[in-house]
Amino acid sequence: MNKIKSEAYWKKNLKYLVILLSIWFSVSFGFGILLVDELNQIQFFGFKLGFWFAQQGSIYVFVILIFVYIYLMNKLDKNYRSRK
Amino acid sequence: MSLQLSIWLIVGLTFALYIGIAIWSRASSTNEFYVAGKGVHPVANGMATAADWMSAASFISMAGIISFLGYDGSVYLMGWTGGYVLLALLLAPYLRKFGKFTVPAFIGDRYYSNTARTVAVFCALIVSFTYIAGQMRGVGVVFSRYLEVDINSGVFIGMGIVLFYAILGGMKGITYTQVAQYCVLIFAFMVPAIFISIEMTSNPIPQLGFGSAGSDGVYLLDKLNGLHEELGFSKYTSGSKSTLDVFFITAALMIGTAGLPHVIVRFFTVKKVSDARKSAGWALLFIAILYTTAPAIAVFARTNLIDTVSEKNYTDMPSWFKKWEDTGLLKFDDKNGDNIIQYNGNEMINELTIDRDIMVLANPEIAQLPNWVIALLAAGALAAALSTAAGLLLVISSSVSHDLIKRIIKPDISEKGELFAARLSALFAVLLAGYFGINPPDFVAATVALAFGLAAASFFPAIVLGIFYKKMNKEGAISGMVIGILLMLFYMTKFKFGWFGGGAESDWWFGISPEGFGTVAMIVNFIVSISVSKFTSPPPKEIIELVDNIRLPNENDD
Repeated sequence: MNKIKSEAYWKKNLKYLVILLSIWFSVSFGFGILLVDELNQIQFFGFKLGFWFAQQGSIYVFVILIFVYIYLMNKLDKNYRSRK
Repeated sequence: MSLQLSIWLIVGLTFALYIGIAIWSRASSTNEFYVAGKGVHPVANGMATAADWMSAASFISMAGIISFLGYDGSVYLMGWTGGYVLLALLLAPYLRKFGKFTVPAFIGDRYYSNTARTVAVFCALIVSFTYIAGQMRGVGVVFSRYLEVDINSGVFIGMGIVLFYAILGGMKGITYTQVAQYCVLIFAFMVPAIFISIEMTSNPIPQLGFGSAGSDGVYLLDKLNGLHEELGFSKYTSGSKSTLDVFFITAALMIGTAGLPHVIVRFFTVKKVSDARKSAGWALLFIAILYTTAPAIAVFARTNLIDTVSEKNYTDMPSWFKKWEDTGLLKFDDKNGDNIIQYNGNEMINELTIDRDIMVLANPEIAQLPNWVIALLAAGALAAALSTAAGLLLVISSSVSHDLIKRIIKPDISEKGELFAARLSALFAVLLAGYFGINPPDFVAATVALAFGLAAASFFPAIVLGIFYKKMNKEGAISGMVIGILLMLFYMTKFKFGWFGGGAESDWWFGISPEGFGTVAMIVNFIVSISVSKFTSPPPKEIIELVDNIRLPNENDD
């Protein structure tokens, strides 16, 4: 029983990692680098959108991602402990 | 109050503060010396990490580099922040759960091998030494520029201060001085930025002013793009590096960040696993304040500079122009003898050479801010350099005293003896760093990039596989680390120092610059590690149990 709980915990953690790291990759390497020319066609206030992602947006998203992970893992940890 | 006096006053006050903190937080055990007794609050640890991470280069040079590179400068912005996501998600919590003092300790234990431990110590020492030499130099430069002492005396003063609080307080002293240093440096960075943002866009938040319009109603970035085209530079918002190279450099910096021992070790200092995650979040938030402001400063300063000097009469230049000319950071060479400054992208007609550091250092003067702001900037630059130097120093001393002496050479050493060894190695490290600060090897600038490449090519795969791939064994990890590092060293020395026949930009493999090659070496490390582990015996049962244990939260509240 213990083992099943542990495995479920780890699987869930891996799922969070895959989702959050995909977003991490998309905003920086995707929007900021690979797709930058396409996004630069779009004007975002005084910025070209691709340029904004490369120099501002990606950094904001990074911060948010870590805090989302903190929230998710604290919940998961609590759940893991209480179901033991 | 004169400028000189206010600088001495503010720098003196901050130094007194650091020393006061060091005396208050003396370390009395190895646990306190290496990891601050594992009792640091996550927000305080976040601030300390941010100060540890942001070096003299981040504070003084980065905005200037970006202002010259435009879009291409994004590699530093994304590269030096994105690594924290990897740290928080893939490394920090598990290493904290593992619960030892250093990165080589994790590698040595997880791969049940003193060979792996020694390889890791070797990597940690190279990475940290290349870094610290640059920091000591930075301290000297700031002193000489603002306090009118020569660079060498500046290095000595810096060495004395760092030595005092690092040796006395160890990680505990360093942590709390770094908290103070973060406050000083971020305040010093933001005050001029806010003033200049208001001046240029009437928006007090630089991150927003960056995307606003100036008094003429034209968006700042559009205006700058226009000026660039007019003067023969490439457009500010689009780069000139190849997309592939930008991709690889960004990846190498991110992964290098996540593999730097002086950053990782900060996560050993908190009480719980959940606190390790929290500190990574706070650290990135504190870093992001500076990193999102720097590109705004870059644009303000560049626009301001072009407006002030381009096509203007040399005799009409404001006083700061002459002052910075004297320091050699600004050079005007009137090629066509018309006494008018031609600033142009074409080297043949360009008459103005601008050092990148001037964008931050001269900004308050260009924007005509009061003296105390300039003094603050000097204190901030010193805080940035000292905090990073101290963090690196600790990694060097703990690698030697704990991983080499205690774990390999003399395992029966007493706690007191180990603490003494730690302090002694810190002393030697400071002296060596000071020596490099006074006689900087030509390759200091080049080796900072090397440090990231090395960290990416060596530590990152070994740690990540150690946590996420149970079957990874010592044979795989050691061969991966050794091959990754050697490949990186080979490529850097070949294309940076001309060893092994050298080579020009056109000879780069797949068009990837040495700065971006860490990513390639890291991929090779992963492939080698995994392949070798398939053909050698799996790790023993107790290691599998260790990994299982690292992956799970503690039974109670940690």
